[in-house]
Amino acid sequence: MKHIKTLNRASLKESAVKGGCGECQASCQSACKTSCTVSNQKCENKNR
Amino acid sequence: MIHKYSLNGFNIVLDTNSGAVHVFDDIPFKMLDYLTDSVPDDPPEKMIADLKGEYGEPSVREAYCELKELYRDGQLFSSDDYEKFASMMINAPIKSMCLNIAHDCNLRCAYCFAAQGDFGGERMLMPFGVAKRAIDFLIEKSKSRHNLEVDFFGGEPLMNFDVVRQTVSYARGLEKKYNKNFRFTITTNGLLLTDDKIDFINKEMSNVILSLDGRKNVHDRLRIRTGGAGSYDSIVPKFQKLVSKRGEGKDYYTRGTFTKYNLDFTNDIAHMLDLGFNKISVEPVMSDPRLPYSIGEEDLPRISEEYDRLAKFIIERTKAGKKFDFFHFMVDLDQGPCAIKRLRGCSCGNEYVAVTPLGDIYPCHQFVGNEEWKMGNVMDGSLDENVKKRFAGINVYSKPECKSCWAKFYCSGGCNANNWQYTGDIFKPHKISCELEKKRLECAVMIQAALADNAENA
Repeated sequence: MKHIKTLNRASLKESAVKGGCGECQASCQSACKTSCTVSNQKCENKNR
Repeated sequence: MIHKYSLNGFNIVLDTNSGAVHVFDDIPFKMLDYLTDSVPDDPPEKMIADLKGEYGEPSVREAYCELKELYRDGQLFSSDDYEKFASMMINAPIKSMCLNIAHDCNLRCAYCFAAQGDFGGERMLMPFGVAKRAIDFLIEKSKSRHNLEVDFFGGEPLMNFDVVRQTVSYARGLEKKYNKNFRFTITTNGLLLTDDKIDFINKEMSNVILSLDGRKNVHDRLRIRTGGAGSYDSIVPKFQKLVSKRGEGKDYYTRGTFTKYNLDFTNDIAHMLDLGFNKISVEPVMSDPRLPYSIGEEDLPRISEEYDRLAKFIIERTKAGKKFDFFHFMVDLDQGPCAIKRLRGCSCGNEYVAVTPLGDIYPCHQFVGNEEWKMGNVMDGSLDENVKKRFAGINVYSKPECKSCWAKFYCSGGCNANNWQYTGDIFKPHKISCELEKKRLECAVMIQAALADNAENA
């Protein structure tokens, strides 16, 4: 495309189908403890 | 739903429901002002009429075709199909535990949410018997979950380090039998760090959080000892030693709190880099708005400006080959958490609990000390399933303000404890936290755009 650049694969919908394994870190157990960001957590789903 | 913004010369468009992130030039970016929730086959006449003078009709029509392509591919104005997943993981296994190993502290930080370490109660250390039962409780309640997290927290956990060692040893001894993988973390102010504690932490803890606010005058103003003196000079060399011996592949963060007194916190981050730390988290203080150091709504424009400055600082450092991690700007646009995780957020009170030195269970460390939120005790194994169910029902669809927010799949509904503390309702987001989170996300995505642009032009 000439006018638009897409930065990622946009796989959020796909991720819902195989998601929810619950093996990833609770977001507050990382470096925050007072404010929450989930999008910076790592996925640990081996079947994704 | 989309979110469009311009920052640092980039026109960025986030498609909330697909997770797609686009960089637009000015023509399609302006076109979005004429579109609401779809890209019709035929462009709105007014749009063509308004834009053709500036850009020429062929370019305008060409850009519109690109918008149509994105829309057709489900990357623009995509539908929200996730609400049906919101009920998943109700009553999920408990797999994360904040172990308040010490309700006591050797610092008296002015902004401490834990009332200078005692959480509003008696100063006490957790006996090993309680820690042991907490580990048993976690193993039992985690059911089939393999990865279990235990954070040694306080107060100051190094004040009770023998129990930390015993607890780690006890849990490690059960891993094989129950097919569990314990990930230990510890949060410390550093005062009591010694060589043998550093070695133990570096061997056993998958992450270590080192509390440091930045420049000496900033740190020592609020992170004070019981006698009133600052703590910077004592802790910095110990933190440097710990990090130098940490080794590859194991996380650590120097973790600071910024307040109204240091809204120029990029300078504190630069100072931490000068000290040799390159995994950094600096977060806004959460405190009673009447306190002098508290961040209020009036500070938001200044903080927003500072986050912009920090984002540019990160881009410059990365381009110069001096990359570092700033926790709240880290976002993996491709391989981040699944949508289910993003609906649910921190999962406190459901997958994550905090345990006090007496064995009392609370939904998270921030609720500790508020009797009304007590949900059981590890000594008798009690757990109020009704409280757990209530927390399990928290997601971005059960919070009305989140449901309509573009950032819902990045922040996942924010901190429930902050919500309760500052709005009186766990389902009602805390406005200042929301504004800051959205600003951080805008910066984080812009950094990705800038670095992608840099890579292309290299």
